[in-house]
Amino acid sequence: MSGYFILAILTLAFVVTFQIAKASEYVSVLKGEEKAFRQNNRINAFLFIVFLVLGLIGAWWCNELFYEKTLLVQPAASDHGEKIDFMLWITLAVTGLVFFITQILLFWFAYKYQYSEKRQVFFFPHNNKLELIWTVVPAIFLTVLVGFGLFYWFKITGDAPKDSQVVEITGKQFNWMMRYPGKDNVLGRKNYRLTDASNGNALGVDWEDEASHDDIEATEMHLVVGKPVQLVINAQDVIHDVGLVHFRLKMDAVPGIPTTLWFTPKYTTAQMKEITGNKDFVYEISCDQMCGSGHYSMRGVIVVETQAEYDAWMASKKPQYAVVKEAAQPESKP
Amino acid sequence: MSSEAIKHGHAVAEVHSHDAHDSHGHDHHHEESFLTKYIFSTDHKMIGKQFLITGIIWAIIGGLFSVLFRLQLGYPEMSFPFLEDLFGKWAAGGRISNDFYYALVTMHGTILVFFVLTAGLSGTFANILIPLQVGARDMASGFLNMLSYWFFFLASVVMFASLFIQTGPASGGWTIYPPLSALGQASEGSKLGMDFWLISMALFIVSSLLGGLNYISTILNLRTKGMSMTRLPLTIWAIFFTAVLGVLSFPVLLSGAVLLLFDRNLGTSFYLSDIVVKGEILPNEGGSAILFQHLFWFLGHPEVYIILLPAMGMVSEILSVNSRKPIFGYLAMVGSLFAICILAFLVWAHHMFVTGLNPFLGAFFVLLTLLIAVPSAIKVFNWLTTIWRGNIRFTPAMLFAIGFVSLFISGGLTGIFLGNSTLDIHLHDTYFVVAHFHIVMGVASFFGMFAGVYHWFPKMYGRYLNNTMAYIHFWVTLVGSYLIFWPMHYSGLAGMPRRYTDWSNWQSFNQFADMNRFISTVAMVVFAVQLLFVFNFFYSIFKGRKVKSQNPWGANTLEWTTPINPGHGNWPGDIPEVHRWAYDYGKDGREFIPQTEAVGEHESKH
Repeated sequence: MSGYFILAILTLAFVVTFQIAKASEYVSVLKGEEKAFRQNNRINAFLFIVFLVLGLIGAWWCNELFYEKTLLVQPAASDHGEKIDFMLWITLAVTGLVFFITQILLFWFAYKYQYSEKRQVFFFPHNNKLELIWTVVPAIFLTVLVGFGLFYWFKITGDAPKDSQVVEITGKQFNWMMRYPGKDNVLGRKNYRLTDASNGNALGVDWEDEASHDDIEATEMHLVVGKPVQLVINAQDVIHDVGLVHFRLKMDAVPGIPTTLWFTPKYTTAQMKEITGNKDFVYEISCDQMCGSGHYSMRGVIVVETQAEYDAWMASKKPQYAVVKEAAQPESKP
Repeated sequence: MSSEAIKHGHAVAEVHSHDAHDSHGHDHHHEESFLTKYIFSTDHKMIGKQFLITGIIWAIIGGLFSVLFRLQLGYPEMSFPFLEDLFGKWAAGGRISNDFYYALVTMHGTILVFFVLTAGLSGTFANILIPLQVGARDMASGFLNMLSYWFFFLASVVMFASLFIQTGPASGGWTIYPPLSALGQASEGSKLGMDFWLISMALFIVSSLLGGLNYISTILNLRTKGMSMTRLPLTIWAIFFTAVLGVLSFPVLLSGAVLLLFDRNLGTSFYLSDIVVKGEILPNEGGSAILFQHLFWFLGHPEVYIILLPAMGMVSEILSVNSRKPIFGYLAMVGSLFAICILAFLVWAHHMFVTGLNPFLGAFFVLLTLLIAVPSAIKVFNWLTTIWRGNIRFTPAMLFAIGFVSLFISGGLTGIFLGNSTLDIHLHDTYFVVAHFHIVMGVASFFGMFAGVYHWFPKMYGRYLNNTMAYIHFWVTLVGSYLIFWPMHYSGLAGMPRRYTDWSNWQSFNQFADMNRFISTVAMVVFAVQLLFVFNFFYSIFKGRKVKSQNPWGANTLEWTTPINPGHGNWPGDIPEVHRWAYDYGKDGREFIPQTEAVGEHESKH
């Protein structure tokens, strides 16, 4: 019912607008087009200044409302994230300055140079000096931004430290699976044709490879605070993306092409709860590449903890090889 | 009238004006049936109108889709029974299903990027403006031009049909990355809908190539006497570079689409390797999913300039005409268009910084991407200088042109964030990206298109659009666009991922429910006002105030030397000769000096 009501109101609004528009056209013809033109011109010029002022106020107000809800108020939870945040602030400062200058000039000019019978326009087809200035100045600013950007880019994408903890993360519609290399710190070989989720081999690990026998599988990722970690990223079906918003990082998971990503977590989950003042805080892994109808629900969790807590968690886990063997045992006995 | 006769008429016009006159006179007596005049027309003006009206119809559909999915995003807990009445199982219980949501998003993107802003924008204005502004009787090949529209129409039919398939249209996002788009098991939209999408796009590319080749050859070969390249209006330069971009990059998308069709239907493995989908182990090995992204973005990035350049050209023209002042830095404007055109081909991988791309390679793409900011900055400063000390008339076209500059600045600056790979790691596929490309490519180009429609409507139909409705349209759209997309930067800076139907299960992204409701509400208002424009458009074709003077805006370019309602062939007599550039406004105390006027003896030089 309310739907029809809204539709009726909309139609009415349309009709009224149309009638006013039609009437104002007749009025302008009666008044003389020249006079109507000048009146409209003044109104629109004034509206540009109104738009500029309200727009600036609106931008400030929007900032008041939402700034606290962004990550700008939280420290980045990884060393790489700190670099990215710094880069973000530099870029914000440079572009912010340009934004305000150009927008104010645009709307101010529109208002100031509105039509007037008396004004003689300034015939100004070109000026090499001016054009050179606004070619060179942006080029210099951009060189600075590119310089900073690439300096950090190579740091972030450079090789992981030798002593990094290795964790494999595999995406499939619509969840994440983790694998730890175990005591030997080597992940066992995989072959996707061996994938058999119903028999405990959801990742397609090749049990023939002895390195796989101490690999531990989990649904949650546990990391040690302050210790570099290298993620080995896989996907089984379609492209996913490991989005680590608090660490400010992400990397695609591509079927058939493993990718990597490394960083050092700076705060434990418990510390982040304090920093953010949110007792429910949790590091989340979001899928950031469209992967199908459940894309929005493809969530993973990372627990960053102290070495002792991590060791205790690890000790509670059994290698997947052992789990599979045990499951197979009772069948072979009788 | 055959294209032969047009060319003949043109060629002769320069030498024997008498013959040209005759050839045109013949045209007038030629009886045109409804079919040849309105349907299978070879007149560039009619083809332009066909592109425009088809584009408008698509824009309504694409816009409506965005309103529907904004309902889901803005009011996730509410149910709208009318949706179930309309869409049945896709909106069971009055709530948009996930599959439906993704289908809507995908179709919204596809329709607006390709069918509205490529065909509807550059197809329309390239057709209407090229012959009129370079001084030609028609396109180089009127017949190919007609085919160009009809291939677009066919593409439209196929895409439209895909909306009614049982498993729905394509739903993997407008970028249709495989393997998601290659595997029917992975998503409903990757079943039959995806084949329709690919076939439609192949037809669309044919249309775009036929059009583009025609635009290029017309601009290069059919300019009237005296119309040297450096005397061309900036609209034509922009359309020229657009056509070059399209001709060189669309075929690459075609190859990408054809390979995807093979992978889908013939068992090849171009994009597929090591895949286990829903427990099923696929035999494909050795393909690369990333290959598709390279092929896609090799068109996909130039595509944003294919959309934006014609808007830039029209805005340059309109700002100059309505400031009553020459465009500032004509050669710099042409040079920056050229630079953008070249760079557009060299930056595609900036969409792929987080795909595992070699970081060293990525560095070059960062450099080249941020380099685009230089010609863009030149354009912005030149536009600002153009209106500086002008005498501005706020026609509806001028309002939209100024709005375009504002939006181009806002959206262009956020590109500096995303083009820098370091920041892209954080901001990639968040709402920051959504805000960026909607402002700079979506809304800004729409503003350019609206500016063009308001400015050249009198030439197209011999009538004016209603001013009051135009003003309402402009102000609501400008304010609304900023209200919709400005706050999205904040959710982007919170890392909120795009293409989520619902964030309520997330600790990190659930704080923006109010913002989403606000955005959805504004989006509906803005959409309603676009319908007002559509109404104004169709009403004014038949009932608008009649144009009484040949040159209503006091402009210099050639289209305003034709009769108010030009016939096929454009000029009843000789094609006028050109003696100067298009921007002698406010020179030597004269308000404007048309291009056809000979340079006076005492005229000042510039």
